[in-house]
Amino acid sequence: MDQILIVAVLVTLGYFFGRRAEKKHFISLIEREKVMNQLPAMASRMPPQDNRYEQKLVSGNVVIANDYFKTFVAGLRNLFGGKISTYETLLDRGRREAVLRMKDQAQQFGAELVFNVKYETSSISGQDSRKMPIIEVHAYGTALKKL
Amino acid sequence: MLISNLEFMTGRKVTKHLGLVQGSSVRAKHAGRDIMSGIKNMFGGELTAYTELLQESREEATERMIEQARSVGANAVLNVRFSTSSITAGAAEIYVYGTAVILDGDD
Repeated sequence: MDQILIVAVLVTLGYFFGRRAEKKHFISLIEREKVMNQLPAMASRMPPQDNRYEQKLVSGNVVIANDYFKTFVAGLRNLFGGKISTYETLLDRGRREAVLRMKDQAQQFGAELVFNVKYETSSISGQDSRKMPIIEVHAYGTALKKL
Repeated sequence: MLISNLEFMTGRKVTKHLGLVQGSSVRAKHAGRDIMSGIKNMFGGELTAYTELLQESREEATERMIEQARSVGANAVLNVRFSTSSITAGAAEIYVYGTAVILDGDD
């Protein structure tokens, strides 16, 4: 009985705090993305050949965790299969945040373009499905500054 | 030392290829700052302590790669790739590798 109560409290707390944090994060992501749109990041491997550029490796990473409510919902979803949208938003937030941090670094360098952007996603909480999922997203690329 | 994940430096020629150089670093997840992260984990969001930990780990791996590149006489490392692998639930390995080259011109 006690255990059910603890889980219920955690789920409720997770729902309210997690939802608020996620909303705030998405608003800040959208705002910063608008500003950073002037610095395009590309997956292409070939930079334009008409100019000489100074190059620098830039990267951004973020470790992000799901709240208790979402993990609980995902656990239920696992029984029936199908789309787990609570994890989709987690990965979406992680990727966008990592790219923004990479672009921050590129901007400090004074770059106009970021080329050959690669993503790397890894789960740090291991393969144990009872544990809370924690993921790390690392984005890196080459910042180009006109000489 | 110039580091890039493109396969060339714009406007400069590779005069000599010196082969693969690499660096790695293994760090444990539970490193003192873990308690706060555990609490934060309940409510979701970013775990700043881990972000920094992995950032430092990556810097160290890169530093080791650069050291190796220097010892073979390179002045740039091109086509750099990162990889992360979880060894156990508690530790992650960061591995970074690239091609050491000598570029013409001065830095």
